[in-house]
Parts: sequence; structure tokens; C-alpha cells
Amino acid sequence: MQKSALTQPTQLPQITHARNPGMALDMQWVRAVQANTSAIERRAATLPGRRSVKKDYQAAWLLKAVTCIDLTTLSGDDTEDRVRRLCAKARQPVRADILDALGMDGLHVGAVCVYHDMVETAVEALRGTGIPVAAVSTGFPAGLSPFKLRVAEIDESVKAGAEEIDIVISRRHVLGGNWQALYDEMRAFRDACGEAHVKAILATGELGTLRNVARASLVCMMAGADFIKTSTGKESVNATLPVSLVMIRAIRDYYQRTGYRVGYKPAGGISKAKDALVYLSLMKDELGHRWLQPDLFRFGASSLLGDIERQLEHHVTGRYSASYRHAMG
Amino acid sequence: MTVKEIFETMEYGPAPESAAEALAWLVDQGDRFGHFIDGEFTKPANGFESRNPATGEVLATLSQATMGDVDAAVSAARAAQDKWQKLGGAGRARYLYALARLLQKHARLFAVLETLDNGKPIREARDIDVPLAQRHFYYHAGMAQLMDSELPDREALGVCGQIIPWNFPLLMLAWKIAPALAMGNTVVLKPAEYTSLTALLFADICRQAGLPKGVVNIVTGDGAVGEMIVAHGGIDKIAFTGSTDVGRKIRQATTGSGKALTLELGGKSPYIVFDDADLDSAVEGLVDAIWFNQGQVCCAGSRLLVQEGVAEAFYAKLKARMDGLRVGDPLDKCIDVGAVVDPVQLATITQLVDSNTAGEVYRADTALPANGCFYLPTLITGLSTSDPLMQEEIFGPVLVSTTFRTPSEAVDLANNTRYGLAATVWTENVNLALDIAPKLVAGVVWVNATNLFDAAAGFGGVRESGFGREGGWEGLAAYTRPKGKIKPLARVTAFEGSDGPADGIDRTPKLYIGGKQARPDGGYSQNIFDKKGRLLGQAPIANRKDIRNAVEAAHAASGWARTTGHLRAQILYYIGENLSARANEFAHRIDSLTGKRGGMEEVEAAIDRLFTYAAWADKYDGRVHGVPIRGVALAMNEPVGIIGAFCADEAPLLGLVSVMAPAIAMGNRTVLVASEPFPLAATDFYQILETSDVPAGVVNILTGSHEELAPHLAGHMNVDAVWSFSSSDISAVIEKEAAHNLKRTWVNNGHARDWMQADAQAFLRAASEVKNIWVPYGE
Repeated sequence: MQKSALTQPTQLPQITHARNPGMALDMQWVRAVQANTSAIERRAATLPGRRSVKKDYQAAWLLKAVTCIDLTTLSGDDTEDRVRRLCAKARQPVRADILDALGMDGLHVGAVCVYHDMVETAVEALRGTGIPVAAVSTGFPAGLSPFKLRVAEIDESVKAGAEEIDIVISRRHVLGGNWQALYDEMRAFRDACGEAHVKAILATGELGTLRNVARASLVCMMAGADFIKTSTGKESVNATLPVSLVMIRAIRDYYQRTGYRVGYKPAGGISKAKDALVYLSLMKDELGHRWLQPDLFRFGASSLLGDIERQLEHHVTGRYSASYRHAMG
Repeated sequence: MTVKEIFETMEYGPAPESAAEALAWLVDQGDRFGHFIDGEFTKPANGFESRNPATGEVLATLSQATMGDVDAAVSAARAAQDKWQKLGGAGRARYLYALARLLQKHARLFAVLETLDNGKPIREARDIDVPLAQRHFYYHAGMAQLMDSELPDREALGVCGQIIPWNFPLLMLAWKIAPALAMGNTVVLKPAEYTSLTALLFADICRQAGLPKGVVNIVTGDGAVGEMIVAHGGIDKIAFTGSTDVGRKIRQATTGSGKALTLELGGKSPYIVFDDADLDSAVEGLVDAIWFNQGQVCCAGSRLLVQEGVAEAFYAKLKARMDGLRVGDPLDKCIDVGAVVDPVQLATITQLVDSNTAGEVYRADTALPANGCFYLPTLITGLSTSDPLMQEEIFGPVLVSTTFRTPSEAVDLANNTRYGLAATVWTENVNLALDIAPKLVAGVVWVNATNLFDAAAGFGGVRESGFGREGGWEGLAAYTRPKGKIKPLARVTAFEGSDGPADGIDRTPKLYIGGKQARPDGGYSQNIFDKKGRLLGQAPIANRKDIRNAVEAAHAASGWARTTGHLRAQILYYIGENLSARANEFAHRIDSLTGKRGGMEEVEAAIDRLFTYAAWADKYDGRVHGVPIRGVALAMNEPVGIIGAFCADEAPLLGLVSVMAPAIAMGNRTVLVASEPFPLAATDFYQILETSDVPAGVVNILTGSHEELAPHLAGHMNVDAVWSFSSSDISAVIEKEAAHNLKRTWVNNGHARDWMQADAQAFLRAASEVKNIWVPYGE
């Protein structure tokens, strides 16, 4: 058996695989991308019926999902104490007695995701845990602040200790078919991140078509994205299975063509344990086992953990649980 | 494995659906079943065991029906039919609705029992078979409700014998029983001997629905029972779904019986991937095409045709996807491919694949259970059309493949088969998709999707994939007939005589083949006399070679099928116009041929008939079916192809015009054998055709003996349909000879027709095939 992910010091991608350096913009490839919406929707609609994990397997998969969560707070009323509470939850996401009963220990979430002003607080609260802090950046969520300020924002967050930067792309570049501009923007963000890993938020709910999602995914990977991420959580439509299918197929094509693995982060709207299982099975079936680890897969979620905790307690006790029995984040 | 270990391996693990309730139901029935006849289960008798193919375990013991059982079932159905029909559409709708509801209430029981019996993954039984079966009853509850208002001229056929296969046991039962009952028929149904259990459970819910006794009868047993049903004199219609070989035998066995027949048979359906397709989605489509129900699907996309430029990339993606397929316990909710239905079928698949030496064989790199009837998903690339596996139906999880260069080559390869059930096209180019779909010889075409089914869209094939449609408005024709009394048709014989010619100048009627007047191959002619024995002229005696030549000419005129309805209408009007100009001459000719005085009336009717079908030529619209997807199912009326027809003897001109006009209006080419006793109106008529811009080969006219020509025309493999309105007794021989390539037949069985009535709908329906083209959309 391979070394347990639990004993690894961190989930940062550079530990386990070569970071995607990007490549020159290949417009021929971008233009050749096809995405048949109705077929993609059918695949997405039947997936939950095709895959099912039960009993111990379900518990193990849910624990895996916990390790892939970017525990997130992105609210205007965030305070340092509220962020500290979230970080505490990140360190101990599941009640100790439940973990004991499942024979697990040392489990924590994939990262804590906050706005820039909360980065220092989170870094402090998570010191020594190996849990990275991710900062949303570049004028999140709309990405319409001055370009140089968006780049500077990355710089500030990295200085503050963020090891992951979730940038937002300029949707207008996609909608206008200005792929070179998207590429250049993404390149600039990537360069600004330095050693920090960059997740490209496509805001798929605002890109109009799945074809645009597929093309934007490719362009961002070509420009050096470490992760591609669906949504800010602020669009009216966030992560969906069809969008996910398009993005992870783009990741698969990119890996097959370049040999570099890019991670995937669905964000927004994933709040049920059952949804998490479907997403994991989607990753496993379309990309393979390697993409089930937190260095290549994250959930951007705030309420998902609570539902998983209840399901895990049910698994352990055989009785349905209640949310107040689990520590709030 | 511990949770911690699973956390590392992230395997799926078992996710079994419980079989407890289904097994309990079997125990409640005593694990032994009789037949369901006249609303009661008969006492279990000698029979056979029904096994779970995944485990080999015996599920129940079933009874082998005897002739006495079949007689009893047919009698019960006959006794119930009149009352069932008289109940009216609205009354029957309530029972169909109740059956739909009960299928829904017992959905999981049906699904689990189906999976136990058949070996298909529980996901498919639960998410596809059972919901589609429910849908069929709901849909046809509606058809029953609407019958009185929408089909006022149609009535039930009577007692229907229905024989269904083992691949979709409950769904095929629904496809057969729902429309039959809706239209007022009663049924005797025989499920396949491998998979009878859900039919017996259905019998149980017929009782729960309070269905009148005898309306549904179910007898179990092997092919011998099927033969008893097929041969039974008390049955009015046979509906069969199964193999082409058995279908052919049924066609042969029912010849001359007057039984209506629909056959839904095998296929080797093409799955075409163009280079601009969404390749990942096309790969996923193949999972639904050939690894659905272990590939045991008549319309399975089993013949993959990939455009050369993307073939390598596509195969790589496909092989990776195959490796991800999970094969195993059908009751596991996390299984993609279940068990093949029976060891016999497994042996057939194994033998077919093992005997192939061509191409490159790839087997999915996935685990296979140690026991039970399982077969690895298999891909064979690099095959040629001449390889047997590109032609023969495997009926297993085996995909064969070749490449193509251009759209037209794709069409040629796709159509290079004796079958014609379904086809799939993947392209993001709407022009290409909508160009290719009509060119594919198939009853169903799916664009950027595959194996989509719904009660609202007709399903069925062309060529040796059978005839008739199930589902939709078009499916109702298979369970109804026109209202009205049947009258026998007396043999019309030629007049004899010995006198000299009635006219001054000798005229030489010829055959009309490929737009030219042709002397008969045999070099013989027949003297034609009028009633008083005066010689009217000589009609050529066509033989089998003339049929060959005529069919050859018709084949060459294939461009006619691609003309517009507007153009065909113009030509039909023009024929009418030119006939009108010579009306008196034709009236006189008809009167002297028949010795009657109705000539002018017949000519006027013939002109009217031409105008009627000219009118229809650009108005026999297809439909857009309301299927439950975001998309459309276009039910397009297509020409049948080459139609051979034996024209009515008693109406020498009108009889010919009445079959020619609808046939060519719909884009068919025709080989018409003129009235045998009165052929000279037809030979006069080709002069009209010659002056009316009818392209060469679209209409070919032969004269001669119907009895002699019937087997050759009906047996010709390049003829797609044969009709007979002859007063010669040739219905049986036509059906028998037509069985070889399963061409459509429409014969009079010795019944008369009133040629003064157009009955246009019947002719237009016979002159066209409905192709359902499914086009899901959305960007």
C-alpha cells in the first residue's frame, strides 16, 4: 500500500507531481474543441445512476471528500475570529470519536479559502498543520478592477502567506473570443503567483456555452493554470455536472497531449454528501484514481462538510444524525 | 478492507440491490408457474427451469405450453375480443392507465425480477426498461382515448399472437400489448423461454387492474410454442420481435394465411463518427450503444465507422473508456455490463469472435467475474466490409470497426448491409447531420445520441430488419385495419376468340422498361380478344428476364427518390392532363377489353386518381414527435424503394394508375404488371407516360401471366415491396418468395377492392416508410 496521504506534510501539488508550466497558445487546438451539450448532459444525468458506493466504501469516500474540501468563507462580514473558527474546523473537520470509530486519524481539509484581508489570520491559525491558505484574488468575484491592481493583489496575498491563489478570469475575453487576451491575462497571473499555486476560476455560469467552457479551460491550462475551477460561488449558476464533465475532459486531453496534470475544483452549489460522491466517481471514471487526491481535486464548499459529518455519524451509529451534534465551522 | 485502506484505494466496492422482495414473490407463486389464460393462472405443468444467468441459480420452473394451452388461450382471447372492442376507446384507456400505474407502483419489483431473470444491470432495468414500459402504457392509454375521434375509419384486427425476445422482456411486452389493447385487440403473448418471469408478474398486475378475462393471455415455452401461435388459425395478426432467421420462418409460415404480420428483427447498425464530432461524447455514446444490455440489443450500434483523420485518437479514447467499464453482478448498482442471457448465447458470441482472424482485437482491461455468463467488452478495429464480423450480427458486447474518408463513403459503408434497423451519426455540423440522416437505410437514426426510445416515436426497420413500426401514430397501423365488409374477388379471365382484328392497322404493344418500349425477352405474345371474340391485338408475354431488366431500370432511376414532391406532383398532373386528352380513346379501349360500358367512368376516375396523388405528392407530411427530450424526433416519410405491383385485373387502367400514382408520388420506382386478361390499356398508357416527362425507369410496365411472374418479382432481392391486387391466386406465393429478403408485401388475399374509391391513406402508407430521426439539441 502506498504511503498514506494523511502522513504527508502538505497537499501542495509540487510535492507529488511536476507543476504545469503551460505552453504556447495553440489556437488550432482551441478551435478544434467540441462540446455537444445534449450528449454531455445525458452522461452527467446518468452518472449518479451508474455509480454507487455503500457502507464502508461510502464512509471512506466521504472521508476522502473531506480531505479535498477547500473550506471557504467569502463574506463581507468575515472577521478574524470567524476565520479562526473556520481554521479550527479545518484542522478537525470530523468529530474525533467518529474518526476513531472509522479507524482514521489526522484528517484535515484540503485548504482554507478566504479573501486577501483574512490571509494572515488564516495562515497564523493554520501554522504547523500543513493546511495551505488559498486567497481569492484579482478583483474576485467579477475581476473587473484595474489589471495592474489585480496583479498586485496576487502579489500581496502571496506575501501574506497564501500558498494558493484563486484568480478569476475576464469573462469578456471568452465571450468575445479573444483567446490571446485570456491567455496573456492568465500568464500574467501565473507569473505573479510565483511559487504559489494558481487556480483559474472560469465563472462557467457566465460563459454562455459548454464549448466556451471547454475552450477557456484549455487556454487557461496552456497559460499555466495549476487548477481550473468552475465558479466563484457568486454566479447564479455554479458547479454543475455537465460543466464539470467538460472541464475534466479538457484536463484529460491536456494531460494526454502534454503529460502535465492539472487539478480540478468545482465550487458552489455542492452541499450534499451524495453530490460529493458523484463528483468523486466522475473524477475516478473520467480522469482516474490519481485525480482523487487533494493535490488534484478540491471541492469549493462551505456547507458540504456538515452534511458529510452527519452521514459519517449515521454510518458509525446506524442512526440518522443532527447538525447540532457537529461543531460548526 | 478497512475504511482506512479503502480511503487509499478508493475502490467502488459492492453496492448490491436486494433481491429479497423479488425472490419472495417467486416463493409466493410456489416457484412454479402455469400459463395465464382467461384471467387465471393454469396449474403448473411439465416444463423447464428459468435461471439467473449471473449465477446459474434456478429462479422458477415454468410450464411448456401444449397445443391445448394455446387453443385455450386463443379461445379466451377470441371470446373476450368483441366485448373489449365494444368497450370503446375511453373505456379501454382506463385499463391501460391502470396498468401503467401498477407498473409504476411495482417498479422496483419488476426491475429486480428482470435483472435476476435476464442478467441486465439493475440500473438499466430500473432506469430504462421499466420506465419505458410504463411510458408505453401511459402513451397508449391516450391512444385508446383518442381512437374513436382520431381513427374513426379503423378497427381492431382481432386476436393478436405476440412473440417477444429475451433481451428486453418487459419492455417488449409493453411494446406489443399496449398498442394492441388500445386499439381493441386481445392478445396471446409468448415471452422468451429464458425470460418469462416479468411477463408472469405482468399477468399478476392485469388481475390487479381488473382487466377483463381473456384480454391478455400469456403462454410460456420455447420456439415450439411460438410455432403453434404462428400457425394457429384463430389468430388474426402475428407480431414478432427477434432474430431475422426466425422472422423469415414466420413470414414463410404465415404465407397465404391472411394474417397481418409485423416483424422487428436483427441489425448491424452503423455508428458513424465524423472528424468534427465531440469525440468524448461519441465514445460515451458507444457505451450506450454496444455495451448497453451486454450488446444484446437489436438496434445496437455495433458497426463503428470512424473518419480516418480522427480514428487513432478516437480508438485511444475508446479503449481507455472500455477499461473503465465494470463488468459483474447485474444486481450491483455500480455495474456497467451484466451477464449475457444464457450459456448458449455466451457460446455463440465466443465462437463468432474466436472464428475471426481479421483486424486487431482489444478487450477491456477490466475484471471479469469467475463464474456466470460474462463476456469482456471487446473492440475489433481494422476490419473490412468483407469480414464476416462486419456483416453478421453478434448480439454481444463486441464492437467492430473500420474507417472512412468522406461523407458519401460513410453512407456507402453504412448501407452496405442486409439490415436496416438503426443508425447513429456524430457530427457538430448540422448540415452534415441532416444530409446524412435521410441517406442512411434505417428505420431510426440518432444524431449525436444513441439508443433513444420513446412510445411517441415509431421504432422498426427496413430491409431484413423487418417491417412495421412500434410506437407513435405510425405504430397503430400494425394493430388496426380499415372498417368495412370483406368481399371475395372473383377470378377475371381473358376472353377467347378466333376472329380477325377489329382495327385496320396492326399495332405492336410492347413492354415498357427503362423508358423504352421493349420486346419481350422470350419473344412470345398473347392474343387478346374482346367479348365477342374479335382480336384486339397482341400483348407481350413477359418472363423472369424482363422482370430482371425492369428492376435493373428501376434501380438505375434512383434519382427519383431525391426529387421534390413539387416536381413529382407536376409530372403526375401532366400524366393526368395527357390522359385526359385521349380520354375517349382509352374509354373505348377499356370497353372493348372488358366488354362493359364503364370505360369513360374508369378513365375519369384514373385522371382523378392522378390528380389526387399529384395533390398528395407534396403534402404527405411527416410528423415531429413530442418525445421527452430537449430535441425533436422527426418522423420523415421516405419512399420504400422499388415497388413491384400486380395490378387489378378487373380495372385495366384505373387499377394500374391507382398503384402507380401513389407509388411514384412518394418517390418510389415501380415495376407494374398490368391486368392479365385486359393488358392493352396499360400498353396504350405507356405512350402517355412517354409524353409526360416521367424519367426513364420510374415506371416500368410488364404484361403477361401473374402466376408466372409473381415468384420472380417477389423473389427479386433488389425489389423492396410487392403488392398484389390480382385476381389470380398469387398472394401466398408472393409472401413466400418475399420472405427471402423480408420485403414488404401488400396482397389482397383474394379480397375485392372498390377501385372507384381512392383509399389514398392506405396507398400512401404502403408507398412510404417512416424514418424517425432523433435530433437532440442545445448549445
